Amino acid sequence: MNGANALIRSLVDQGVEVVFGLPGGQAIPIYDALYEREDLRNLLMRHEQGAVHAADGYARATGKVGVCIATSGPGATNLVTGLATAYMDSIPVLAITGQVKTTALGKDSFQEADITGITLPVTKHNFLVKNADDLPRVIAEAMYIASTGRPGPVLVDIPIDVSLAETDYKPVKEVNIRSYSPHIEINDEDIKRAAELINASERPVIYAGGGVVLSGASEEITKLSDMTHILVTTTLLGKGAISEYSPHSLGMLGMHGTAYANHAVDQCDLLIAIGARFDDRVTGKLAAFAKRAKVIHIDIDPAEIGKTVAPDVSVIGDCKEVLTRLIPMVNPRQETDWNKKIMQWRTEFALKCPADDGEIHPQCVIDCLSEMTKGEAIIVTDVGQHQMFTALYYKTTSPKRFLSSGGLGTMGYGFPAGIGAAVGCPDLPVFAICGDGGFQMTLQELAPALEYKVPVKIVLMNNRYLGMVRQWQELFWNRRYSGVDISYQPDFKLLAEAYGAVGIVIEKPGEVKDAFARSLEIKDKPVILDFHIAREENVFPMIPAGQSIEEMMVNRPR
Amino acid sequence: MQHTITVLVENKPGVLARVSGLFARRGFNIESLAVSITDDPTISRMSIVVSGDDSILDQINKQTDKLIDVIKVIDYVDTPIVERELAMIKVNAENMQRAEIMQIVDIFHAKIIDISETTFTIEVTGNTDKVDAIERLLAPFGIKEMVRTGMIAMARGSITAVG
Ligand SMILES: Cc1ncc(C[n+]2csc(CCOP(=O)(O)OP(=O)(O)O)c2C)c(N)n1
Repeated sequence: MNGANALIRSLVDQGVEVVFGLPGGQAIPIYDALYEREDLRNLLMRHEQGAVHAADGYARATGKVGVCIATSGPGATNLVTGLATAYMDSIPVLAITGQVKTTALGKDSFQEADITGITLPVTKHNFLVKNADDLPRVIAEAMYIASTGRPGPVLVDIPIDVSLAETDYKPVKEVNIRSYSPHIEINDEDIKRAAELINASERPVIYAGGGVVLSGASEEITKLSDMTHILVTTTLLGKGAISEYSPHSLGMLGMHGTAYANHAVDQCDLLIAIGARFDDRVTGKLAAFAKRAKVIHIDIDPAEIGKTVAPDVSVIGDCKEVLTRLIPMVNPRQETDWNKKIMQWRTEFALKCPADDGEIHPQCVIDCLSEMTKGEAIIVTDVGQHQMFTALYYKTTSPKRFLSSGGLGTMGYGFPAGIGAAVGCPDLPVFAICGDGGFQMTLQELAPALEYKVPVKIVLMNNRYLGMVRQWQELFWNRRYSGVDISYQPDFKLLAEAYGAVGIVIEKPGEVKDAFARSLEIKDKPVILDFHIAREENVFPMIPAGQSIEEMMVNRPR
Repeated sequence: MQHTITVLVENKPGVLARVSGLFARRGFNIESLAVSITDDPTISRMSIVVSGDDSILDQINKQTDKLIDVIKVIDYVDTPIVERELAMIKVNAENMQRAEIMQIVDIFHAKIIDISETTFTIEVTGNTDKVDAIERLLAPFGIKEMVRTGMIAMARGSITAVG
């Protein structure tokens, strides 16, 4: 068989069930090998960015590696944003790119781009395959690297002559990379010291990040907090690490976190950071972050320890494994005054939906969706105000059910990632919460969503502004609304219909619930729910960038 | 503070770019970098002199170690090491000055490896201080060209990087 067929065989042998992509000259042999192949679903997307975000959404929702394919040059460079998105959030994605033939490499050939060079900073690793015999091994290694240790995207670049070359296919059973050993022996002493700190603390708080979701440590976190009554705040990517219906959940912390989570972190004497990386959107001004607290940092990536915050105790290892060994050493405890104090904050600063004034407020839309789905749905967000409203008001009950571009903050992510999630989890309703700005960056993926009957429900928070930027301009730039008015826009209902999808316009608060109910009945195609929301709504609480909790705005300043 | 670290990497194309790119991207300052293959042809060895405080060095080590093609990072903090670099210095050497330059070369146990009517080319090996010192002493004669290899290092005694 030729290299391309060996590639596809390797993917199937590695358990890959679906690929998202778009072909081109240098990828034709790869697509040829996919032709009439029944054991590998091939979804033709309309832009490579859509393909890589779909692979990413698939990976986040299923926990498997998401795979995408693009051709050389422009096809490959269109993947960069999605690879960077996956890299920042540690998502296992495998990108396969066609490349000009090996003898044309480095000659500025037609549609040549040094994609391994370009993606060095945004992939966990990448390969340029120069010999077809190497393909099965490279694919096995790429899948292994993407999914083990701290996961991340891996790119495999395949020149067309390598795709065409004859090779014997020999399956690769075992991967052995001498310079890569993802399994870390956990140090018992570190666990002991962590347990001692927890047992000695009076005002502990758990700060759980995306690593908890990735390692599947939700049960352990829940168990730990149930037996100790230690409250848990999560990052954006940590949403679902503990059910947000749990009395021990404090919701999200950070710039747009709940006031009670931020107060708890500010006043705690021990911060237990698990699978979290002290991102600046979480910490704000570092010197003031959790300044009264000792810090325990548990992470699989040794390089995260001490990168921004020097912990008092660190444990390097997979969160689930670490917690499993830590829990027996932690003393159970009853609720304390500290719990009461946090409960007071929780009442005092409770999130409230704005009162009904005839306008649709995004908080109420999300609150309604949260109520209706009871955390059973997969929620994917785009980036902007709607993302933060969703993070605040949607109660996620389990991991892998809230997907969002956290680290890179990629507009255009939500809808295609929603397609990937829906393909990976066909039995769950998928809602892509998008702004009218971000949705217009990747809405062309409506075509494959219809073609493959992917029933993503697009919750369009239509404020005819690039809302989050407008909010910053309102608060910090003297209301000079430069470059944010996007009221020149399509009629989204007609747009949906142009593609053959369903469009629903929602203009009054009373229509919100019905619209969601209608959308849930549509099971074979996407729906655009065009919510005409209050134009100048702002996300609060907000701690301005680089500031501390003292500067927190709970409401719109006068 | 200056530090010498040794990085053992897979001898594959592009690995140097991965390491140097990482340093550039994360704002780590490379003072010198020397690379070549080792007695094992599948392994290359990089000697990197970097500067930064303890936490920066810690990050340099860990982030470098994370690269898939990096087999091992050795930071010689508490280990005594031998360090050497090689320099070739082409210096103006008119008749009047020749004796004086030869004296300097002698004292530094350096070597004159090429002579023309108007120049000497001098080879010197040693630690950075020594190379700096001879450069300083030759400067008044007029250095026409100079090249330094960058520092290479090994632990003293029986300790090896590979073992
Ligand atoms: C690709 C990309 N470009 C620009 C930005 C900067 N940005 C962050 S939020 C935002 C506004 C988003 O507007 P919209 O999609 O309408 O959502 P809203 O904030 O109104 O909910 C922009 C432009 C970004 N995050 N990503």
